[in-house]
Amino acid sequence: MTPGVDDATLRELVPAVLGVLARRGADFATAEDAVQEALVEAVVRWESEPPTDAKGWLVTVAWRKFLDLTRSDVARRGREERLLAQPEAGPTESADDTLALYFLCAHPSLTHTSAVALTLRAVGGLTTRQIAAAYLVPETTMAQRISRAKRTVSDVRLGQPGDLQTVLLTLYLVFNEGHSGDVDLAAEAIRLTRQLAAVTDDPEVDGLLALMLLHHARRDARVDADGRLVPLAKQDRTRWRTDLVAEGVDLLQAALIRDALGPYQAQAAIAALHADARTVDETDWVQIVEWYDELLALTDSPVVRLNRAVAIGQADGPRAGLAALSDVDDTVPRYAAAAAFLHERDGDLATAATLYVEAAEAAQNLAERDHLNREAARLRSVPGSR
Amino acid sequence: MAKYLMLKHYRSSSAPTDRPFAPMDQWTPEEVDAHIKFMYDFQDKLRQTGEFVDAQALSPEGTFVRYDGPGRPPVTDGPFPETKDLIAGWMVVDVDDYQRAVELAGELSAAPGRHGEPIHEWLEVRPFLTSPPTVTE
Repeated sequence: MTPGVDDATLRELVPAVLGVLARRGADFATAEDAVQEALVEAVVRWESEPPTDAKGWLVTVAWRKFLDLTRSDVARRGREERLLAQPEAGPTESADDTLALYFLCAHPSLTHTSAVALTLRAVGGLTTRQIAAAYLVPETTMAQRISRAKRTVSDVRLGQPGDLQTVLLTLYLVFNEGHSGDVDLAAEAIRLTRQLAAVTDDPEVDGLLALMLLHHARRDARVDADGRLVPLAKQDRTRWRTDLVAEGVDLLQAALIRDALGPYQAQAAIAALHADARTVDETDWVQIVEWYDELLALTDSPVVRLNRAVAIGQADGPRAGLAALSDVDDTVPRYAAAAAFLHERDGDLATAATLYVEAAEAAQNLAERDHLNREAARLRSVPGSR
Repeated sequence: MAKYLMLKHYRSSSAPTDRPFAPMDQWTPEEVDAHIKFMYDFQDKLRQTGEFVDAQALSPEGTFVRYDGPGRPPVTDGPFPETKDLIAGWMVVDVDDYQRAVELAGELSAAPGRHGEPIHEWLEVRPFLTSPPTVTE
């Protein structure tokens, strides 16, 4: 990579550069293509000629690319002179530009899939090829997805007030995707959420960032050397990243003080309580149940009810957990896995084993299916469990 | 975002009883062309919408192969003439949700056959198993 300027630093400049172009009157779709071309050129040129002002260099080159891309249109519309008369951005405008770009790329008129793709490219500065590889689809498919997304938002004026909730959901989806190919989507989601937190003033943004950091802290412990999924209770907690935990907890505490609770802060609080426990037995399940109650009040989802039932099983015993589970819709993903876990703790190993098998059949990912099959096999190898 | 396999089952019993399924060799050349064009147009449409991942057609005849113990060559068998179910091919799509996958499979099943009538071919929609999500509790 470029000496002195790594890939992430380069890509951090993308929203500001795009913002300058947009304020000069460039349409979003073409400006975004122009910035991508400038990034490609930067990677090549900066190797031998590192710029003194990276952002200024990118603005100049992206603007030239933009003019190239629109040359034929420009003559017709007489746009060039008008555009060139626009002023440069100041620091405040740069922050506004960045936020405006997040809003546009996660505009409510886009599907989640499109918002994710557009955000990674236009805000994240990733290439179409990288995004396609990260989501395991052909590059042509991803290119179409992005260009359709651009068309969908072509009538939306950049700078219009946006919906922060769709932005947060988009970033959450990127984080939770779980693939780990060339592009580390979890790390990218954290980078983009950090960047968003720097230009917004909303405790839910910090809550989401805290949630991501607290989960990311456990990443190395989630999988063993053979690639097997390690459940939270069995993780080697010395492998959790204490720096990320500390940062997540600090962010969360500062957010909670502002007394505007939202679902991301509540989820981060649950993750923080797990992070606080040096061993699984030290876990404060009573507080975790309280946070699930908060979460349920904020967002009544069957997934939250299911996780709450498991937490009640830990706090008040498996019978209480099973009673709570009976109020949960049994079609929710992982229902059988939760039931298996609670029955096992209740000592009913035969029922638990049957439920683990059922849960494995319903699993939506391979690592989890393998894990649940192992759990079933483990119980069935116990004498008297059949 | 989720990937689904749309498996094209070609079985004589698949059509509704009031529309007996006519095998392709009983179609006119124009009807065959129309069917193939429909398939290509459908794939093109998926490329345009950014939902296309893969499409493959399979030869109708295959071989069953099985390990037969150490030092022995694998056992091969087939084709099995009694097998009514034949996998003609598949498409893989990457879509927002299950509903969209079902909607697309329904469209694909309307491919034209004899007399330009939809063939009502069964498509089996199966989700891919993904990587585990990061946030689970």
